[in-house]
Amino acid sequence: MKFKKNIATSDTGFVFNPGSGDSFSSNQIGTDIIACFKEDKSRQEIIELISDKYDVERNQLEKDLEDFLTQLREHNLLEE
Amino acid sequence: MEKLRYERPIIKKLNTGFVNKFGTQTKNEVVSHLEGASVKELIHQYGSPLFVISEKQIRRNFQHASRVFKTRYPKVQFAWSYKTNYLNAVCRVFHQEGSWAEVVSGFEYEKALGNGVPGNKIIFNGPDKTEEQLILAAQNNSLIHIDHFDELYMLIKVSEEFSLKPRVAIRVNMDTGIYPKWDRFGFNYENGQAWSAVTKIIHSGLLSLVGLHCHIGTFMLETAAYGIAATKLSELAHKIKANFGLAVQYLDLGGGFPSTNTLKGSYLPGTDTVPTIDQFADTISEAILGAGFDQEELPLLILETGRALVDDAGFLLGTVLANKRLSDGRSSTILDIGVNSLFTAFWYDHKVTPAQEGGQYTEETVLYGPLCMNIDIIRENISLPLLKRGDHVVVHKVGAYNMTQWMQFITLRPNILLLDQNSHPHVIRQAETLNYLQSGELVPEHLAKSSLS
Amino acid sequence: MNLSGSLQNPKRKLVIAVTGLNAIDSPGPGVAVIRAIRESNEYELRIIGLSYEALEPGIYLHDLVDKTYQIPYPSAGVENLMHRLTRIHEIEKIDLIIPNFDAELFSFIKLSERLKEMGIRTFLPDLEQFEARHKISLYKFGKKHHLMVPEDRIVNQVNELNKAADDLDFPLVVKGKYYDAMIVNTKEEAQKAFYKLQAKWGLPVIAQKFITGTEINIAVLGDGKGNTISVIPMRKLYITDKGKAWAGITIEDASYLELADKFVKATNWRGGCELEIMQTTEGISYIMEVNPRFPAWIYLTAGAGQNQPATLVKMALGEKVEPFKHYTVGKMFIRYAWDLVTDVSEFQQISVKGEL
Repeated sequence: MKFKKNIATSDTGFVFNPGSGDSFSSNQIGTDIIACFKEDKSRQEIIELISDKYDVERNQLEKDLEDFLTQLREHNLLEE
Repeated sequence: MEKLRYERPIIKKLNTGFVNKFGTQTKNEVVSHLEGASVKELIHQYGSPLFVISEKQIRRNFQHASRVFKTRYPKVQFAWSYKTNYLNAVCRVFHQEGSWAEVVSGFEYEKALGNGVPGNKIIFNGPDKTEEQLILAAQNNSLIHIDHFDELYMLIKVSEEFSLKPRVAIRVNMDTGIYPKWDRFGFNYENGQAWSAVTKIIHSGLLSLVGLHCHIGTFMLETAAYGIAATKLSELAHKIKANFGLAVQYLDLGGGFPSTNTLKGSYLPGTDTVPTIDQFADTISEAILGAGFDQEELPLLILETGRALVDDAGFLLGTVLANKRLSDGRSSTILDIGVNSLFTAFWYDHKVTPAQEGGQYTEETVLYGPLCMNIDIIRENISLPLLKRGDHVVVHKVGAYNMTQWMQFITLRPNILLLDQNSHPHVIRQAETLNYLQSGELVPEHLAKSSLS
Repeated sequence: MNLSGSLQNPKRKLVIAVTGLNAIDSPGPGVAVIRAIRESNEYELRIIGLSYEALEPGIYLHDLVDKTYQIPYPSAGVENLMHRLTRIHEIEKIDLIIPNFDAELFSFIKLSERLKEMGIRTFLPDLEQFEARHKISLYKFGKKHHLMVPEDRIVNQVNELNKAADDLDFPLVVKGKYYDAMIVNTKEEAQKAFYKLQAKWGLPVIAQKFITGTEINIAVLGDGKGNTISVIPMRKLYITDKGKAWAGITIEDASYLELADKFVKATNWRGGCELEIMQTTEGISYIMEVNPRFPAWIYLTAGAGQNQPATLVKMALGEKVEPFKHYTVGKMFIRYAWDLVTDVSEFQQISVKGEL
């Protein structure tokens, strides 16, 4: 699981895939997580970072992160 | 450092058909309190899901409708439609406001008596009245609205046998230019059926014809149809007067006024398109006042308005059980509110709002109920802020038909709470228990012993 | 030193908001309306685009549209629309809104009084006029005012289609409540069309008698008091597979002017509208549909000497306007597709921020 390297993101949550021409919009947490992916952070590191910044239980975050990955996969934004 | 408020991470594709937060909604409405009572507190105390009825809103609705009609027409009487919501507490609020009772079955009739409604202020409608019920209603001097010839002949027969002179009206069905035509109830106006029923009643000498009744449909969006109905009933009244010298005492225009719920399949929301009660009142009163009645013989106008008076006084509070991503990538949320308690989810796109502050971001979601049954869908598609397990939601405008048409299926029916005028909560129907559910069940002796161990 | 005299006679500043920027293959009229208004050259204009979707081409036409804001779909309800318009008005101080979509007109008409209180003008038919010409009531409307309208049946249930087909015969035109129409030849096709249109636009669906002949479109502008200010009849010369005119020409025929006049008198129509006419070989002109707003080809009226959008602006501002007497016959329009090139950043801007 890896985020595609060439994907462009902005602070406003706009995500552009130059490979496919698709554009996306993400919320703040999604944007933060994508930023982590781009820095090649591990899933564990991401959970640490996000739960430090946001008021969330780890179980919840783990589950939601899994769902977010499903969405990214669905949108063809991951390298398998 | 204080942590930021959390919401689920989501990412949405932008495309031509894309509707962003500006497109669908400009503000995410949060309803955290009902009449000042906290949704969270109510659920904490009375469980989830939970029906909540606002007494204040019922009275507001009633007083408004009453004022609207009475300022346009001199003689108006409302009769509370029991089938819309026959919880005794709810009925009694309407009766306190001056409503008569309108019932369509034997048990509803008894309920009305039990709620202290005098017999002569009960209107007995519907195609299913037994001989015993007719006798009782006649003895109580109730208003019996005859639905078909079989009933008419039965009533003539029992009146003769028991020397009764029941007060009756006939239900008339007619073409008011709307779809569908409710011609299954009552006697048809256009083909002369209604007239022959009238003739039969008067010639029998045993029944006292005091009124004419119609009920042209449900959730009516065409005010003009009521004008046509009122005109046709007035014409019939004139014909009765001309032929038999009898002035009918009342015209009962029935129910059918819509609430502001949004019907499934309609493009614009109900709040935009549904006519106001003023518009219905204008049309009806103009039609009757313009029908040429003598001032002293102006008939009483009876209205059996149900839904429009109670729908927006009812709320269903619930809780998010889970979020789930569907195989096609759509998001779904499972609530503890099922179609077994929210029957009207089959008809309406109910307004559903979160009960706690959420982010600006919204997601298109399917709202499922908790039942292990595929048709248990509360909303097929709704844009909501990102809800998480344990969050609460409020379903709006559920006061009509849900608490009568709900089903005991898979889950037990929840508490119903009335918030009184001071917003004090009163449980007016207790949540069901297994004992309640099984109280009528019997196990034959040969099945009494358990065979598994 | 100023020689142009513009200091003595400064142009009036005007902020006009326009919807229907979807100049696509089945185009909204917004871009054409803006072009026509800009052509009048009487005002110092700021044009505000109001868009629903991020890819409406008008959003990116910066020499026509100064700034665009996304607004909520009509299905979100008038309160949401009002909320958004209030926000936009705070920034832009809008003088006039010209809505151009059938589906949004109901909301704008409903809001017109409230908008007026805020200082935003509109020039729209009232709800009664608007409903009377609705597809669902058009046949009744025609009967009442002695205007020819093809017979139709209102269909709420699929089994009613059979009855409609028996009464009206195939082929039949099955129409959606707001948009779309399909010509069907069998009951199966009719059912398919019914489900499709129901899913998209809700109930009812209309089954209309199929009439053949020459299609004529008439752009009409009424003053709301029964006077016809402008009439431009146009014959479609080329029709796309979506039934939209790709080219058309203004024609001369007094009967169309009379028909338009009759319609305006019957309704007291206020604002622009388009009459879709079918003239049969027997010479009968049927009104097929009344679109309660300017058509997408409205720029042709400016070319033919009766600039309807600019005239509507004047009427909305309360200026006195005399009915036009002449127009140029034989003026043509040929619609063309033109690729606008922009950067993904613009798309990002409108998608994420809701304005551009």
